[in-house]
Formats: sequence, C-alpha cells, structure tokens
Amino acid sequence: MALEFRSVTKTFATTSGGEMTAVSDVSFRVDKGEFVSVVGPSGCGKSTILSMTAGLYQPTRGEVLVSEQPVNGPNAHVGFMLQKDLLLPWRSIISNIEFGLESRGVSKADRRARAMQELKACHLAGFENHYPYQLSGGMRQRAALARTLAIDPEIILLDEPFSALDAQTKLLLQNAFAKTISEAGKTTLLITHDLAEAVLMSDRILVLSERPGTVIAEIKVDLPHRDEPIKRRILPEVSEYAAQLFKYLKLEEKAA
Amino acid sequence: MVRSRSTTLASLGLLALVLLAWQYLPPALDVPKYIIPTLTDCLVEMKRMWLYEKLMSNTLSTALYTVLGFAVGSLLGAILGYLLGMSVFWEKVLSPYILALQIAPKVAFAPLFIMWFGYNAMPKMLVTVLIVFFPVLVNVLQAMRTVDRDLINLARAYNLSRLGIFWKIEMPSTLPNLMAGLRIASTLAVIGITVGELIGGNTGLGYLISYGGGQANAAMVFNAIILLTVIGFLLYTVLQHIEERVLHYLPKAQH
Ligand SMILES: Nc1ncnc2c1ncn2[C@@H]1O[C@H](COP(=O)(O)OP(=O)(O)OP(=O)(O)O)[C@@H](O)[C@H]1O
Ligand SMILES: [Mg+2]
Repeated sequence: MALEFRSVTKTFATTSGGEMTAVSDVSFRVDKGEFVSVVGPSGCGKSTILSMTAGLYQPTRGEVLVSEQPVNGPNAHVGFMLQKDLLLPWRSIISNIEFGLESRGVSKADRRARAMQELKACHLAGFENHYPYQLSGGMRQRAALARTLAIDPEIILLDEPFSALDAQTKLLLQNAFAKTISEAGKTTLLITHDLAEAVLMSDRILVLSERPGTVIAEIKVDLPHRDEPIKRRILPEVSEYAAQLFKYLKLEEKAA
Repeated sequence: MVRSRSTTLASLGLLALVLLAWQYLPPALDVPKYIIPTLTDCLVEMKRMWLYEKLMSNTLSTALYTVLGFAVGSLLGAILGYLLGMSVFWEKVLSPYILALQIAPKVAFAPLFIMWFGYNAMPKMLVTVLIVFFPVLVNVLQAMRTVDRDLINLARAYNLSRLGIFWKIEMPSTLPNLMAGLRIASTLAVIGITVGELIGGNTGLGYLISYGGGQANAAMVFNAIILLTVIGFLLYTVLQHIEERVLHYLPKAQH
C-alpha cells in the first residue's frame, strides 16, 4: 500500500473563532504504481488532502499513512506539484531541479548528474542554463516535474498542474507526464477540476462531495493506454466515464 | 537601465539648454550675482574653492561619510528587517515603535547628537544611519511578509531547516525589495550627512554651504549643492548597476 487515508477529518480554526471542517471522514487507499485522481467541487478540501499527504499539516482526526508509515511531518517519500510551477526565479533550470536534493546529503556531482537525467526525461535538454522566465508555461511545468522526480519520491502529488495551460499544451503535457510517470513507475495522486483529464490519466477516480468533503464514489477506469492519454482520448468509453462523473457531481442540477 | 541614442541625445540637449539659460538669463533679467551667480561665476568660484577652501578634502570627507553612514544604516536596517520578518511576535511588539520612529523627523535629532557627542563625525554619522535605516527596514519587512507561502511549503516538504528556508527562499525572494530600499536609502544618505555638516561641523560640503551662506557667497553654495548631488548620483548609479547584476534573472521589459 503506497498511500492510505483512515477516516481523516480536518478542521481549521476560522478567523471569527469558530471551526470549519474542510474534509470529513475521508478513507481511501492507493496501491503502489497506481494513478488515482481526485475530483470534487471547488473548496471541498482537495488541496487539504494533498497537504496532509505531504505532511504540511496534520489531520485533526484519523491517520494518513505513506508506505505503511504514519505521516508526522514533511518527509522524503512525497513530492508535490501545484498549478504554480514554484520554480525559483533566481536559479537556472538545472539548479532548480537540484533543489530538492540539496537537503539530502547528495554530493554536488551526483546532484548534477541526477538532475541532468531528469531534465532529459522531461524533454528539456539544452535548457539547463536557462532561467524560468525564459521558458514557456508548459516547459516550466515539465521542469517542475523533473524537480519532483529528481528526489525519487514514492508518491507524486499533483494539484491541478495543467489548469493554467492552453488546451493544446495541456494535452501534450498530460501525455508527457503520463509517459514519464508510468516509465518511472510512480504512485500518483492527481487533483483536478477537469473531468476528462481525470478519465484520460487515471486508473481510478475518487469523487468528493461538497464541503466538508468526503468520498462519495470511486470509479475504476477500465481502459487501455494509461500512459498515453492522447490515444485513450479517442476511445468511445471516455465520454461515458465523464458522464458518470458529471452525474455524481450533480452538475446538471446545479446548472438548473 | 537601457537608454536609446535618441533619449540620451534629448537629455544632453536639455542639459545644454539649462546651462545656457543659467549663463545668460540672470544677467539679462538684472539679477545680481550674489542672488543667482551664472555658470561662469560658479566655475571661477569652484577654482577658488579648490585653491583656498580645501574643496578636494571636503568633498572626499562628505563622500566617505555618506558611504559609511549608508553602509552602516542599511546593514542594520536589513538585519533587523530580516530578524523581525522571521518572528511574528517581535514584529507585532515592535511595530508601533518602529512606525513612530519612522515618522519622527530624523534630521531634527542632529542638534541632540551634537550635544551628546560634540563637534566630530559622530553626529552626522548617526543622523545618516538613522535616516537610512528605516526605508531598508520597512522594505525588507514588507517583503518578508509577502514571501510566497507555497514556496516555503515546498521547501518544508523538501526538509529544509529554518535557516535553509531563509537562505534559499526568503533571502532571494526579498532581494528585489531590499535593493529598492537601498536605492531610496542612498538618496537619503546625502541628506543626512548634509544636515549633520550644516549644523555642527567644520569639514565637508555641508560646512562649505553654511560658511558660504554666511559670507553671502551664493556661488559657493551652488557649487557645494552640485557636488552633493554628484555624490548622491554616483552612489545611486553604483547601486543600480549592482541591482542589475544581482537581479539579472528578472525578465526585462521588451521595447
Ligand atoms: N490553512 C488553512 N486555514 C484555514 N482554512 C483553510 C486552510 N486551507 C484551506 N482552508 C479551507 O478549507 C477549505 C478547503 O480548501 P481546499 O484548498 O482544500 O479546497 P480545494 O478543494 O482544493 O478547492 P479548489 O478546488 O478551489 O482548489 C476551504 O474552505 C478553505 O478556505
Ligand atoms: Mg485546491
């Protein structure tokens, strides 16, 4: 078991002194090498789930386990990526990719070698000495993925990494990510608003309710080409899965 | 700053125009030269000051103390800014006093410093340090408050220590604001030194201003003001070059 949530509830103190429950009694498991997406209405606690997995804050009740170990704080098993690329603008791309390795006692030469390897895997060869502002949005997200992969995490957490990109770049990047991640054999948790994206990239999809978020459905995506969303895209079943998600999220009722 | 040929030419043209007006307008309007000395009057006076008023050593003294006061004041301001930026508690405790001191007119402390330390370099240094201190402190503090939380979380997720987060995230994130604060401080440093020298001194360009003023020698005052401006301008330009170097990674506006 790569990741497990056991009846996790998280409440935040509000500024007015009250309490606000972001997620309530969330339980799920993710197997090693699995790609799982989380969809749900805005504000239902998706990012909160990600932050707890990364150990940035603790659940109020329940337990989060990564590789059978309870998560007590930031740990070396988890790498995360957000919609913002979070590249350090004052560092070159290669040095950005090395960033996560610096606090791990890896020698300078090894860091460079590992970073170069990931840079190539993410198709950024030749850009190692560029600065982030010289790259396009899509390239920057690839650099952020390279940085995430460089620390060789057991789990990759993705919080809407493609949502700021235009439709074409998005499609190409989804494809590149899917390939790279499946080649590396990484367990992945993807948070997304894009229902099609969830279907195209995942083995399994968790649907969360309105806040306080809780898992209301779990859909297994039984389609080939998980490592190539561009191929999966043309399968007729894709729209059926999306329609199913649509129904769970009650989007029609909301639109009415 | 990138300047095109045409803007440089226009700037120089404007300078020539101002110099011409300075030379010919006052006599044409019958303004006496103890009120507005002409350009040539000032140049003649400049030579006299060079020969008889130790212009060189006075200018160097002012320049030296300006740079010294600027360096000490901004170093202290930056250090306190970063320390307070890392401690929400102390920032809250100290912020009303910082605001009060920031509002207080620092140059008004000059006579006090003279009473305390006498007629030496100490009072003018203190005024300058005080005046330079706040813009740097405030800029750094402001920047520390607005460092991207997600970057800090990223660093935490990568197991960086508190000190690691400071050196690798906070310090570089706040660098643009620090540099902006230093630029403002550099222009204020000249004011601090000048006031110090005006009020209690027997050296420096500020002293020459009060001495020249006492003798109704307007050309001397003009010259000292010009040299003070040059000192401030040079300091500012040096900082600007350093800033361009240090912040090379910021995208430049395309023309
Ligand atoms: N650090 C925090 N302190 C207080 N409240 C928080 C904090 N983080 C999140 N929240 C609240 O918890 C709720 C869930 O937030 P979260 O960011 O997890 O939602 P989300 O599902 O990711 O939303 P979106 O889809 O819009 O990104 C929100 O109401 C938010 O205001
Ligand atoms: Mg979110």
